[in-house]
Amino acid sequence: MTDDKLILGGHEFNSRFILGSGKYSLNLIEAAVRDAGAEIITLAVRRANTQKGENILDYIPKGITLLPNTSGARNADEAVRIARLARELGCGDFVKIEIMRDSKYLLPDNYETVKATEILAKEGFVVMPYMYPDLNIARDLVSAGAACVMPLAAPIGSNKGLATKEFIQILIDEIPLPVIVDAGIGKPSEACEAMEMGAAAIMANTALATAGNLPLMASAMKLAIEAGRKAYLAKPGRVLSRGASASDPLTGFLRE
Amino acid sequence: MNDNSFFVDSTFLSKSALEKKHRLENDPASRTDHMKYLEDMEKIDSDVMEKVLSEMKSYDSSAYTAKDVIAAIERERCTIEDFKALLSPAAEPFLEQMANRARNETGKHFGNNVYVFTPLYIANYCENYCVYCGFNCYNHIRRMRLDKSQIEHEMKVIASSGMEEILLLTGESPSMSSVEYIGEACKLARKYFRLVGLEIYPVNTDDYRYLHECGADYVTVFQETYDEKRYEQLHLMGRKRVFPYRFEAQERALRAGMRGVAFSALLGLSDFRKDALASALHAYFLQRKYPHAEMSLSCPRLRPIINNDKINPLDVHEKQLCQVLCAYRIFLPYVGITVSSRESARFRNGIAKIAATKVSAGVSTGIGDHESKYTGNESQDSVGDEQFEINDGRSLEKMKKDMEAEGLQPVLNDYLYV
Repeated sequence: MTDDKLILGGHEFNSRFILGSGKYSLNLIEAAVRDAGAEIITLAVRRANTQKGENILDYIPKGITLLPNTSGARNADEAVRIARLARELGCGDFVKIEIMRDSKYLLPDNYETVKATEILAKEGFVVMPYMYPDLNIARDLVSAGAACVMPLAAPIGSNKGLATKEFIQILIDEIPLPVIVDAGIGKPSEACEAMEMGAAAIMANTALATAGNLPLMASAMKLAIEAGRKAYLAKPGRVLSRGASASDPLTGFLRE
Repeated sequence: MNDNSFFVDSTFLSKSALEKKHRLENDPASRTDHMKYLEDMEKIDSDVMEKVLSEMKSYDSSAYTAKDVIAAIERERCTIEDFKALLSPAAEPFLEQMANRARNETGKHFGNNVYVFTPLYIANYCENYCVYCGFNCYNHIRRMRLDKSQIEHEMKVIASSGMEEILLLTGESPSMSSVEYIGEACKLARKYFRLVGLEIYPVNTDDYRYLHECGADYVTVFQETYDEKRYEQLHLMGRKRVFPYRFEAQERALRAGMRGVAFSALLGLSDFRKDALASALHAYFLQRKYPHAEMSLSCPRLRPIINNDKINPLDVHEKQLCQVLCAYRIFLPYVGITVSSRESARFRNGIAKIAATKVSAGVSTGIGDHESKYTGNESQDSVGDEQFEINDGRSLEKMKKDMEAEGLQPVLNDYLYV
């Protein structure tokens, strides 16, 4: 297991839990790093764009990889500008593309996301696009130079679990990049299930932020993701869908 | 509240001015048609007002029962009918259940974040006669308009407290506070603050576009009351009297490229349940038409003003206000909810844990008096009078400490101008 690394844009990570940026608080960052083992923490550039005292960057522990996101962008052009600003602010080369034209459900705009990915990948960013799980778009993202694809499991903040399970499975089966399940995971069991399916990592925020005991839920998430990953690597055994196999084989009549 | 208790005659008014004032107050025929746009007012093609007003007019808040309320609290997606039940008197016994549901929705969408901002009044000249407002043109108050250097001075004082979001306000006088003047204030504000909002008189799309280019990105317009007949009785003179032009301000602002818009009725002017319904539906229908836009609701109640300390929020007590805010949150879980310093510190601390996502701090509703309020140093310059009496004078530092003590995360900025 020690050489089972998550590789993104040539960078290696041991942890397969990534903290999302939605409901940032200092307690959350602390629990995500200490109890969930996060090595990557998303931060909204718009939150880092602060003057003094409250700068979120001051609270990120050393050794943690920052994943600035472009939240607030409504189209590719705005996302590109925000990504460039993140680089200027010293946030590194990773960027999560997040483009929304809907303030109610915060669903990603796949078309604009492909456009932004293409521009930023050419500029040397490690581009991690948040997307609605659509196979054609995922293929376009691969062609555009994305480092992974990040399909949503359910609407952001909803804790509704793997609502798009079948489509995420298709991406896992067809896309030659890490598939990171982003948004909607509400419980450790759902994170575990996604990992068993072959997801490369889980990004979550609300599941921890709204838990009754934040550190305890963070450690539960860590264990669930590790369990799911191990199960995936171990290749799950046969699951009988209904009762036992027929004792007389259906093909028993064949003679030659 | 009897309308007569809104009326205050100043001894400083000339005889002819007094006569005109009395005529406006007593003779509806002396007033202009409040549904008719003035010549320079842009008319847009929109059906939002019709949708909102027809829902409001057909709303009978007495028609809902406890059963409707319980179903509304339990249903995963709150419908317009559910929302009407939550605003009804039948919901009052279920306030705690509503608060629980509201708190969960707030947590899902905003976590424990509470945004903090401050308003900056740069001028209090006004050409309207709105009978309940301290800035109204017949009210004898010290009028003032800050010049550019005074605005910059105020901004420096506010910015030095750590504030990053500012809301610029003027009285409604296009002649004394022109769009160009407000634009210059926006440009200055961009130097000192990350987020610049506007609460000024409604303007045409081109002017909103210009103000957006100057740095403003959010526009707040209070409709005051959505009951157009009541509106007519309260806004007796001036451009503000034109009801539909004001109603369509947010839509023009969004068409001009503003990122977000805010809505409100001034609760207590008319049937507050109908006004709350209309405010939320105004945001709801516009969000459907402009899905990228950010929406926010405020919930001001009437407050005493200079020369009239009798003005009060009438039947909208804290309980009713809390009910309205919980209903807003359950119906529109994704919108921002601002609770201003019109309310007490106790109320604001409590409601921030349930439904509110934005509070003001370090507030003055007067003109040019931030230095004396923030530092205790008496300003050399004269100051302009306040729009209304505030109820919560906490500084930014105190607000941050109090919010943290409530388990909330004060946020000064979560925004980029792009």
